[in-house]
Amino acid sequence: MTKKNWPLWEVFVRSKNGLEHRHFGSLHAADEEMALENARDVYTRRSEGVSIWVVESKNITASNPENNGELFEPAQDKVYRHPTFYDLPDEVKHM
Amino acid sequence: MNTNLYKYILGIADNSLILGQRMGALTGHGPSLETDIACTNISLDLFGQVRSYYQYAAKIKGDNTTEDDIAFLRKEREYLNVLLVEQPDTHFGFTIARQFLFDTYHFLFLEELEKSHDITLSAIAKKSIKEVSYHRRFSSDWVKRLGDGTAVSHEKIQEAINVLWTYTDELFHQTEADKVMVKENIGVDVTTLKDQYYTNVETILNEATLEVPESKWFQKGGKEGIHTEHLGYLLSDLQYMQRTYPNMEW
Repeated sequence: MTKKNWPLWEVFVRSKNGLEHRHFGSLHAADEEMALENARDVYTRRSEGVSIWVVESKNITASNPENNGELFEPAQDKVYRHPTFYDLPDEVKHM
Repeated sequence: MNTNLYKYILGIADNSLILGQRMGALTGHGPSLETDIACTNISLDLFGQVRSYYQYAAKIKGDNTTEDDIAFLRKEREYLNVLLVEQPDTHFGFTIARQFLFDTYHFLFLEELEKSHDITLSAIAKKSIKEVSYHRRFSSDWVKRLGDGTAVSHEKIQEAINVLWTYTDELFHQTEADKVMVKENIGVDVTTLKDQYYTNVETILNEATLEVPESKWFQKGGKEGIHTEHLGYLLSDLQYMQRTYPNMEW
């Protein structure tokens, strides 16, 4: 018997109402319905969440690590893009 | 001690204990990591329910009885679970069919138990029904997946349904304790669940493109403590620690 793996899915879980969905991990499932059930069993069994999104991994377009130089390094020496050159009044606390 | 109530509680709880032990024994042996965890989750849900029932039963029995005594120190003939839940995991089709045939009953049963005049039983039923609702969804989905999956999966789940069918009728048998409890508005009259049960089961089997077995020969005995040969082996696993190291605690 040939063993074929189910496709891979990425799981996003919202831990509380008002917070955003965050990537929790991945799992295998035959279709979206099974992916949701599997996600429920694998990632929310210790009451980690109130909502689950699943998306098949092949539908995610990812940046290529080989291009990290041109994509991300140019931002590293541009400190002026951070709002760190203002004198904050003492009254503003949570910045 | 109210012997009828005590026996009645064991009759409910033992089903969950034995099925929980079956599912728990699959830990690490599921067909995939995801289904493995799902089976273990179901097992833990069932054990949680068992604890509530046994704690209540222990209180009724008195004599410093604990939930562990009830779970681990009875003899085979003192377990009152139905034969269905002790049947072995011949293959994954059997695991799913057994779960499906029990979940369908379990859900209908708890819906009625929630109306019990015994507030403890009613509260346990209320808490358990959400868990069992998910179990039923999980096992029904898998019956459908296997039924209209490949030729091999279809054949295997049909085989399991056919073999386990003979244990379904016992779910609707009444013991003496059952009858007394029904009269006192504590217990569920299981005979009234039978038609709805077979209707629900047949709906899923049809969706799964599976045949509804026609056999009218049914096995019984579990509710009276007369079990199939499989229960002894299961209990020897379940009771091993308490028998080998009496009174050990975690």
